[in-house]
Amino acid sequence: MDDVLARYEPIVDDFEAFRAACERPLPSAVRVNTIKTTVERAIQGLEEADLDFEPVEWHPGLFRMPGEQPGANWPYTHGWIHGQEEVSVVPATVLDPQPGERVWDACAAPGSKTTQLAALMDDSGVVVATDNNLGRLSALRSNTERLGVTNVAVTNEDARNHSLKPFSGAEYDRSLVDVPCSCEGTIRKNPDTLDEWTLDHVEGIAGAQKGILKRAIKATREGGTVVYSTCTFAPEENEAVLDYVLDSGECRLLDFDLPLESRPGVTEWQGRTFDPAVERAKRIYPHFNDTGGFFVAKLEVTA
Amino acid sequence: MSEDTREENVSHRFDRLPATESDREVDGRPTREAVLEFWEERFGIDSAVFEEYSFWERGNGKIWAFAGELETPVDIEALGMSFMRTRQEHWKPTTEAVQRFGPHATRNVIQLSRSEAEALLAGYSQELDWDGDWGYLIASHEIAGDSEPIGVGLYVHGELRSQIPKGRRREFGE
Repeated sequence: MDDVLARYEPIVDDFEAFRAACERPLPSAVRVNTIKTTVERAIQGLEEADLDFEPVEWHPGLFRMPGEQPGANWPYTHGWIHGQEEVSVVPATVLDPQPGERVWDACAAPGSKTTQLAALMDDSGVVVATDNNLGRLSALRSNTERLGVTNVAVTNEDARNHSLKPFSGAEYDRSLVDVPCSCEGTIRKNPDTLDEWTLDHVEGIAGAQKGILKRAIKATREGGTVVYSTCTFAPEENEAVLDYVLDSGECRLLDFDLPLESRPGVTEWQGRTFDPAVERAKRIYPHFNDTGGFFVAKLEVTA
Repeated sequence: MSEDTREENVSHRFDRLPATESDREVDGRPTREAVLEFWEERFGIDSAVFEEYSFWERGNGKIWAFAGELETPVDIEALGMSFMRTRQEHWKPTTEAVQRFGPHATRNVIQLSRSEAEALLAGYSQELDWDGDWGYLIASHEIAGDSEPIGVGLYVHGELRSQIPKGRRREFGE
């Protein structure tokens, strides 16, 4: 597929700037792990290690590290910092889990968001981290260990069939559904991402995304929160998935604030129209904040 | 409730440690009491630090610490943090447990210089002076204005042997 991005010209403002931003490499970023240290001490550790870093204005404890390898230094060894792309800290902050709650991370590996959720909860309550890929779970395990997380329970299963049985059937207060996707938004990190893009793949993966989001809504208590996110621009994997679960009448979309510039979800795509509520979702484009691309929606479970 | 599933170790499953000897159903399984005593006696870490934690065994002598409570047994991939090994005569904390809870320790902590810390992290043994007990020590160094634990060193015969697992060893280079 030569020009996947061209299909988004009708929905992206300033399309040429969008395309140009997609071609620029993305600086690496690290998040301070407050389970093991404070932001102040992490800064001091980074300075002592003579590392180049600059704060990301919109999120405390997040730093861009141009040209650095996050792994080869003492702050990393102590689990004070974790390499995590800037925009990928968004969904956990939108979910906003509280200490002591029960939270499900439905597609958890390699664990950047799992460990961020644990830190937001002061490492209390429980984060159930599920992934269907054992190899990727081993990466998650090494991240939770290095970052000193103790409130995580890891399950290896297809999220669509997630069982509450090991947890005595207790429903979740909040669920994060950061699904596998066509990853178009990561093109700045992985320039080859679009080489294997096909519409069949997008449509196939959208089926799995619907199944996972549906399971999360079922597994979350009435009044609880579910955040759905992807790193793709494709409405098939974003608004169309929300439209599908809204039809069930078991959830509604919520408004929320984001400290990044974003655009509302689109209500029309290639002749299809979606539930107007999908405008409450947010699209993050690379050219507005100099980040990767992202999509995030916040839902309340109503039944 | 369930059948006869609690009388031996099942390698893939997490079973909660019994509170005391009298609650024990599996031979050789350490008790919560003994685990707390170990950390208190060996490293001076008050058992109040672990009050909110439950301890679990999966596989013989592999103990995990979880920040909450669940009904035992639990058949999942991982539960909390891998915490210590109790199979051998001398119990051994994991690197992650020492990094996370080591800051509470008041004894058997060896302070390393930066170059000694780098050698430990790279996995090397090194000759060092140490007046205290032999055995497993918490190896720490000074960073960002305070002492911070790196991992476990085994001190014997005038030598500190790095216990950093292979996958976590690093050489920062020039």
